[in-house]
Amino acid sequence: MQKKGDTIRFTQPPCILSYAAIGGKKEAEGPLADAFDLLVTDSRCGEKTWEKAESDFARYGLETALKKARLQPDLLDAVFAGDLQCQCTASAYTMRGFDVPYLGLYGACSTMAEGLALASCMVAGGMMRHAAAMSSSHFCAAERQFRTPLDYGGKRTPTAQWTVTGAGCAIVAPDGGLPYVRGVTFGRVRDYEIKDINNMGAAMAPAACETIVRYFKDTGEDPKSFDAIYTGDLGLVGSDLLLQLLDQAGLPLRNHKDCGLIVYDRETQNVQAGGSGAGCSATVLCCHILPALRAGQLKRVLFLSTGALMSQTTFLQGESIPGIAHLVELSAGLPEEDENRAGQPGAAANQAAKAAANALQRQEKEGAAQ
Amino acid sequence: MNFVWAFLVGGAICVIGQLLIDLTKLTPARILVTYVVAGVVLSALGWYDPLADFAGAGATVPLIGFGHLLAQGVMDSVAANGLLGALTGGFTAAAGGVTASLTAGFLAALLGQSRDQN
Amino acid sequence: MRPDPKQYDEMCKKASPPSPLVKDCAWAFCIGGAICLLGEGLRTLYAAMGLTLTDAATLTSATLIALSAITTALGWYQKLASKAGAGTLVPITGFANAVVSPAIEFRNEGLVTGVGAKMFIIAGPVIVYGMLASVAWGVVYHFLRPLMGG
Repeated sequence: MQKKGDTIRFTQPPCILSYAAIGGKKEAEGPLADAFDLLVTDSRCGEKTWEKAESDFARYGLETALKKARLQPDLLDAVFAGDLQCQCTASAYTMRGFDVPYLGLYGACSTMAEGLALASCMVAGGMMRHAAAMSSSHFCAAERQFRTPLDYGGKRTPTAQWTVTGAGCAIVAPDGGLPYVRGVTFGRVRDYEIKDINNMGAAMAPAACETIVRYFKDTGEDPKSFDAIYTGDLGLVGSDLLLQLLDQAGLPLRNHKDCGLIVYDRETQNVQAGGSGAGCSATVLCCHILPALRAGQLKRVLFLSTGALMSQTTFLQGESIPGIAHLVELSAGLPEEDENRAGQPGAAANQAAKAAANALQRQEKEGAAQ
Repeated sequence: MNFVWAFLVGGAICVIGQLLIDLTKLTPARILVTYVVAGVVLSALGWYDPLADFAGAGATVPLIGFGHLLAQGVMDSVAANGLLGALTGGFTAAAGGVTASLTAGFLAALLGQSRDQN
Repeated sequence: MRPDPKQYDEMCKKASPPSPLVKDCAWAFCIGGAICLLGEGLRTLYAAMGLTLTDAATLTSATLIALSAITTALGWYQKLASKAGAGTLVPITGFANAVVSPAIEFRNEGLVTGVGAKMFIIAGPVIVYGMLASVAWGVVYHFLRPLMGG
């Protein structure tokens, strides 16, 4: 493990064993509908409250990820999870049903990358064998907590974003084949004095810029060597601002994508500036980015989740909105494979063989554990 | 003709509100407060009564009309009871609207359920 | 390299799509006007039924409030408001919606601590400042009245 600046890179990169994304009704109408593991069109999940419904989404996410990894819950060493509800209750109440160590995180919408980065560090450092990262959000629960009652008649401003109803969960292990977590950069809080609660993208863009610039400074990498650089939920306005800020910082990006603009179709779904929420980057990571890495459609990507760290209280007290962004570097291959690929044409076959061997190894280990 | 003016004046008052929302940083809650207070002030200056006579519901249904109602109510009760009327006039005039709203709210809470905005 | 808050605010304004002003105002005008027209219709009807002007006005408000409560509970008011903006905010139906919607929303927090406590969370300020303004005007009017020859 090497640490340079704020960036930690793993000499033995941990693997993402499995991942699952659960979406609600609006997500089912969006462009990624087919990619979700489960879509629940009743946004209440049959529950009495929106808060319980969000916990259900998170539970489905963790259960599905465990099932896809063929793991029993008790094999998990920890779950790193968070959500937008006050005191992180959606995750905590979900974890009532799993007898597993739980670490509650609050990074607002940046929670997925924060959790994945922490889980990867724990696994890469040999402290844990299986660690899950999970994050969820629910439009209705967020709306009634941060804005107005759902039946209140208000017009959304064009810069407002739509909170994703859904949950994403990824399980990290020391081996198990691609995709790999190659490194992480933990973000620093940045506040450029944006006070508009309906323009969160603008509040978070400076933090995303900061983390991206630090990553490239720490590693000496070239943005061109990545297939894409994903940000969590900057939306239309935030993405525009991020590119401008990076230009000013001398790091123009041509391969930036934003999860908030992928998860919904802005033209037809009436979501104003795009999707947002802790579930936004979590679901897009787990149903779009990770599957593409596993299928080899993407080779190397950077994944950032961006969070706006205000509360209803600080907002009413006239405070500006601080932003944060955490970065995870993901790849479909390992460093030596990257070098091989450049040198010899049979590298892809090698990689497949290695992945198969890893999978076999894992099965044997599981067998032994049972 | 009353109906035409009610529509036009009512619509115009709403357009002013919409301009305040789109062009300023005022939140809807602040705009409503501004409207009510503006209604009291306009009515106190004696400017709103002619409009209410002229446009009917076009002037009384928007929230400025609620302010007008409060101002007229307090004037009547000051005229009847002196200074004490300043304390009772507003609520007396607003009693119907406020009580109807809270009764409707309570009944709706018993019968209704909050729903997703999809 | 780093823009100061003022520069960033400028960048932010440029990047933010503007509200479609003409469309917004057209919606607000038509829906707001229509609600007032309905009010005028009800008032004329109640007056024709022999009610006094004051009673007709009060009954008109009550009817509009009831209609607003029903459409709010059915989720229609919010749908209309997402287009109409100030057209549904400014009329008394908007006030009723601001009372009814939190009452429904906070039902799960209990009848007293939820419905009762949160009902005026949005509309409360309107009543508070409306009443304060009326008290102020009442006091002023009390001292002005003798001067006005009333």
